[in-house]
Amino acid sequence: MTEQYHSATAPVLAPGHNNKSVTEKIAGVVLTQKTPKGWFIVFAITFMVMHAMVFSLGSLVVRGIGLWGINQPVGWGLDIINFVWWIGIGHAGTLISAILLLLRQQWRMSISRFAEAMTIFAVMCAGLYPVFHTGRPWLAYWLLPYPNTMALWPQPRSPLVWDVFAVSTYMTVSIVFWYVGLIPDLGTMRDRAKTMFGKKMYGFFSLGWRGSARHWHVYETASLLLAGLSTPLVVSVHSVVSFDFAAGIIPGWHTTVFPPYFVAGAVFAGFAMVLTLGIPIRKLYGLEDYITDKHLDNMAKVMLTTGLVVVYGYFLEVFFAFYSANEYEIAMAHNRFSGPYSAMYWALILCNFIVPQLLWIHSFRRNTTVLFIVSMFINVGMWLERFVIIPMSLHRDFLPSSWGFYMPTIFDWGAFIGSIGFFTFMMFLFIRGLPMISIFEVRTLIKKPAQGGGH
Amino acid sequence: MNSQPNQPTTLDLDAVRARLASAKGPEFWRSLDEIAATPEFQKMVDDEFTPGTSEWSNPVSRRRLMELMGATLGLAGLTACTRQPEEKIIPYVQAPEDVIPGKPLHFATAIPTTGYGLGVLVESHTGRPTRIDGNPDHPASLGATDAITQGVALTMWDPDRSQAVLREGRNSSYTRFQDAIKLLREDLLSTRGAGFRILTETVGSPALAAQIRELFTEIPEARWVQYEPCNRDSVRAGARLAFGQVVNTVLNLDQAAVIVSLDADFLYSGPGAVRYARDFTSRRKPAGAATAMNRLYVAEAMPSVTGAKADHRLPLSPSEIENFARALADAVGAGTGPATSAAPAEWLKAVAADLIANRGASLVVAGDQQPAAVHALAHAMNAALGNVGKTVYYTDPVEPNPTNQGDDFKALVADMNAGKVTCLMVIGGNPMYNSPADLGFAEAFRKVKLRIRIGEHDDETSAVSHWHVPLAHHLESWGDVRAYDGTVSFQQPLIQPLYEGKSAIDIVTLLRDKGGRSAMEWVKEYWAAQTKEPNFQQVWEKAVHDGVLAGSKLGPKAVAISKTLAADLAAARQSAGSGVELVFRPDPHMYDGRYANNAWLQELPKPLTKTTWDNMALMSPKMAAKFGVEYSSRTMYHDTPVVELRLNGKSVKAPAWIVPGHADNCVTVHLGYGRTRGGKIANGVGFSAYAIRPSAAEWCARGVEVRTTGDEHRVAVTQDHQSIEGRSLLRTATLDHYKKDPAFAQEEEKGKHLFSLYPDWEYKSYSWGMAIDLNACTGCNACTIACQAENNIPAVGKEQVARGREMHWIRVDRYFGGKSLDNPTIQHQPVTCMHCDNAPCEGVCPVAATTHSEEGLNQMTYNRCVGTRYCSNNCPYKVRRFNFFLYNDWDSESLKGVRNPDVTVRSRGVMEKCTYCVQRINAARITAEVRGSRIQDGEVVTACQAVCPTQAIHFGDMNDPNSRIAKMKKDERNYGILTDLNTRPRTSYLAGLRNPNPSLETA
Repeated sequence: MTEQYHSATAPVLAPGHNNKSVTEKIAGVVLTQKTPKGWFIVFAITFMVMHAMVFSLGSLVVRGIGLWGINQPVGWGLDIINFVWWIGIGHAGTLISAILLLLRQQWRMSISRFAEAMTIFAVMCAGLYPVFHTGRPWLAYWLLPYPNTMALWPQPRSPLVWDVFAVSTYMTVSIVFWYVGLIPDLGTMRDRAKTMFGKKMYGFFSLGWRGSARHWHVYETASLLLAGLSTPLVVSVHSVVSFDFAAGIIPGWHTTVFPPYFVAGAVFAGFAMVLTLGIPIRKLYGLEDYITDKHLDNMAKVMLTTGLVVVYGYFLEVFFAFYSANEYEIAMAHNRFSGPYSAMYWALILCNFIVPQLLWIHSFRRNTTVLFIVSMFINVGMWLERFVIIPMSLHRDFLPSSWGFYMPTIFDWGAFIGSIGFFTFMMFLFIRGLPMISIFEVRTLIKKPAQGGGH
Repeated sequence: MNSQPNQPTTLDLDAVRARLASAKGPEFWRSLDEIAATPEFQKMVDDEFTPGTSEWSNPVSRRRLMELMGATLGLAGLTACTRQPEEKIIPYVQAPEDVIPGKPLHFATAIPTTGYGLGVLVESHTGRPTRIDGNPDHPASLGATDAITQGVALTMWDPDRSQAVLREGRNSSYTRFQDAIKLLREDLLSTRGAGFRILTETVGSPALAAQIRELFTEIPEARWVQYEPCNRDSVRAGARLAFGQVVNTVLNLDQAAVIVSLDADFLYSGPGAVRYARDFTSRRKPAGAATAMNRLYVAEAMPSVTGAKADHRLPLSPSEIENFARALADAVGAGTGPATSAAPAEWLKAVAADLIANRGASLVVAGDQQPAAVHALAHAMNAALGNVGKTVYYTDPVEPNPTNQGDDFKALVADMNAGKVTCLMVIGGNPMYNSPADLGFAEAFRKVKLRIRIGEHDDETSAVSHWHVPLAHHLESWGDVRAYDGTVSFQQPLIQPLYEGKSAIDIVTLLRDKGGRSAMEWVKEYWAAQTKEPNFQQVWEKAVHDGVLAGSKLGPKAVAISKTLAADLAAARQSAGSGVELVFRPDPHMYDGRYANNAWLQELPKPLTKTTWDNMALMSPKMAAKFGVEYSSRTMYHDTPVVELRLNGKSVKAPAWIVPGHADNCVTVHLGYGRTRGGKIANGVGFSAYAIRPSAAEWCARGVEVRTTGDEHRVAVTQDHQSIEGRSLLRTATLDHYKKDPAFAQEEEKGKHLFSLYPDWEYKSYSWGMAIDLNACTGCNACTIACQAENNIPAVGKEQVARGREMHWIRVDRYFGGKSLDNPTIQHQPVTCMHCDNAPCEGVCPVAATTHSEEGLNQMTYNRCVGTRYCSNNCPYKVRRFNFFLYNDWDSESLKGVRNPDVTVRSRGVMEKCTYCVQRINAARITAEVRGSRIQDGEVVTACQAVCPTQAIHFGDMNDPNSRIAKMKKDERNYGILTDLNTRPRTSYLAGLRNPNPSLETA
């Protein structure tokens, strides 16, 4: 038991593994192991749920953005809430693979691949909304700077243009980083694949990886450089997303604390999503040896820390509303506490402030049931946070005559739930086709016979 | 007549084979149905060739239509690369004089409503009348119009207007109708017209009245009945009570220092309202310490535009208004006998004292819907106060045939029931819909052997008539009408009747067998005879051009108060009753229902409730509590409880609506809704208050029972929140305060210095700006609808308004103030785009679709807009409007006619907003550049500015130091809203003033 109180020294790979067992276990999930029934069930359900999004967005293009519940004064609703939510979820992957790599945190190795894949699919989901939320989605490409006969560029003062750059850079770097990290494992997969198709596909994408010292040298350099490149992105993307609001003048938006508060929130949400997906998958594939309690513990600690930063943000928002003595800001705060949507605000406080305090307790941090429940609360809480910021600020701003309400329609929910389906669908496709844990990195975790221990 | 809904038709295939086998079957067939010769197929063929008839019962809702259109457009975009179909363009061989494509022409004409004319100038683009402005030369208009008149242009182009002569619901032709009339005429001549009745609304046309009289010389036993549901019987009866004769009352509001309104909404409705609003405001012009202002007292049940403007408003139920009038008359010494009133004693005392102190400069006005006694009391008070000839004068009646419409109509129904009426010709009006239900007009009408209907729409009355002939719209026909002061205007057609409609004069002259001549000739002949001008052609041409016949104003008429007035009044005293009063009023926009198919007017928020597309049972908070109406203020959509109103055994269901400031012990309902056959827009909207309207008490009935039903009804309201939350958006002061501190409105900004990181832009050429005088604004909504007409703004339908997606570019915000929920102050504030110099919307647009012009305009480039709506989110004034769907009707052919060709018709997915009428600025620029000078002050008039009856809106170049706008901006009352955001708005406001009576102010 004493070991548990020194979790810093606890192993990140269960003892008793050797190179062969690691490779066989992880590659086997894809290549040899019988696909669990649970995989098929989830895959089928998410595939169907995904079509809610296809239908909602398709109808939107054909019939008009008015199918959503947005109106005057609430011009953005679930569309931008979901955009920010998904972008936030993606942040765990980048943080784990970039910052923790630079900080040489070994525990990141067995979850990084998985988290990075999550990043990519989350950004895909997020990227849909800015396109489809426009009134004329077929013209959304006008937000890109490209030479055109109108001789017009995007308007660089608009945070939405910064968004386009931030998110597209993020997407590109994330995909490249993830792919480069996959190459050694693709080589392994190629070598172990049983089918011709598998050999060809893994062979093609492994780019001729032979595991030579030179390859490893180039790989390590590339990996480090990409980690360096990704690191600022962890901070920049969500900071830029927060500018969409911070650069506006609406009470509840116009807040300087937004960039750090959004970044912390993103990491908070990202780790919650890693746990939400990781805990069932670990169970499904029996990966307890690789994703150990130590991982869960560390992730819970990150969530607790970032969660407290987020709560600090909530506190500051309220504090400055009153400290500013600005009647509009004060009214905004009152509207959150007791306005028509106040239930959303208090639910947010419950989800993001009160429930995560459970993570102070050591045994809860290692209890998958508790962690799963807490992470679900955080997922919901982070979504509520964006609801509180976006429609709740817009629906009551400066002129009381223009105050209104926002009520999402079935098309709003369809697009949202469908995107969750799409995300899960993609994640399950990924764990079926690619090693979800980095084989070669986990191999480095195998305990060498302790030096001198036997003497 | 009623086309069937899509019923499943059964096809007997055996029968079809049999028919084909037998040689009698047609050689070619269009469908199996044809062979089967089913009634359904016959019906289909009939419908196919009756333009428009199938649409009336089309189950596709307007909303659904929009959606389908949006879908169609989206799909059409996929195949956008097809060639456009070829169209032949036929040039003029000889171009018509004066018609320059792209340059509108303006023609003077008049819009007659309820017998009174409002002079207007109609803008015509290559022969299409597109919008209506007031005629500056016309005394009732002085260049402005009311909200309803702005909507008239849309009514003319209404696709639901009746388009064909119908004989028992089937297509016929005018020639056949003429034949029928010929036969009828022979009959009538043989019976001297016995059994023949003409039913019209109030006729304001002297020429038409002359024609009818002329007709009746041939058939002396025929009768002419005038009836409209919102008639002015009590006005006429009041005059008869007071003076023993019917007179027309004309107010000189510009002479009045103290005005008492007894439920008179003279600033908004009734003859002369547009002019009265101007005159009223002329006495409220702040001018620093020297300001003199009139003072307005209003006693009324339902808050009105006039009531909102009052310096002191007293909510009184209708019966209490009469008591108050009697008590006030007694207090000012009108000698009408003592009375007791439930009105607060100090109110009565203060008002009476104020009236007496302003002898000769005071005025008591009774509302059209008040009983005769109140009118008589008002006349007596004005006489006693020496106001006659100063603030009020009397003339001969303006209507050519002033009758007691209610009595005549009752007699008509009795005659019909007695079988005395063999032929009823209904010209205009819609008695099947709008006559009081207890009269039983509907049953009586069916007993008439020949029922002829001349109407604009194939409506409820047409449905049960043998003949229906389309009536030409006012903008399609010749005519004449007198204004509130008797001034004659000639109506000239702006366009050939779209659907071969005939004017009333055409029909009556047809009955006289003189149908060959045009209505113009009859009008001209009549007035040539009346004026006795030797050179009438010149007079005529000038009158048609100017829109007024010079010197036709009716002169003052000396009348004396009847000696028996006190006794008559005592006899006319209403019996004291109990029970809740049900008040019937014409709707502010639908009026009596005639405008129900006008989407602009349907969607125009009511001045006081800001509701659209519905009428409600309006009641005070106290009454709501009494009836158990619980209205949840947290509901997102206004799902309001439905109550049942039961009166004399008849009942209707109506959504309850709480109006702060409504009098207790009464409930107000507006007429004009609940149409069943009014057109695609009108049908099924609201409830018909006519169903419970008693013919004996048309305006107010006692003893209504109000019962909650447990149902809810969604009301589309454009302003959710009624309180201003203490924000300094509306700045007002009392006159005394203003005199002491004329710059009170600028107090808040004093000493504040706002700076920007960017250097200030220098506006070198023009710098456009707007100032809205809240002291003048009455909240009448005319600006909103004028803007809608000018800028091709679509109506979006009730469901979209309920979702908060109305499109109006200029809205009139209404706030309740004060401490009392039962009698709050009511303030209006028109809000346009502020055209901020530091516009929050411009910076956030990712594609530069909204930009600032070098003249200070905040411009929208529709083609560039991708629709992120970020601009709207970031607009602190929330003046931007988004096309969530394809709101503009791109398909209805006739609606293309009403559009302003100078303004883009926006498509789906783009943002739009007030442009300061940039098309008008550019038109003025072209004129100025051709002339070689700058645009002069007053050359650019925005649509909202032009229509404003009180000239509250000012627009111009702020760079011109001598311009009116530059002076307004220097006025000490000038202030901007939300200026602490450093938006630097170009639209600013001039603070409003109130002139309360010091002796009532203590409360």
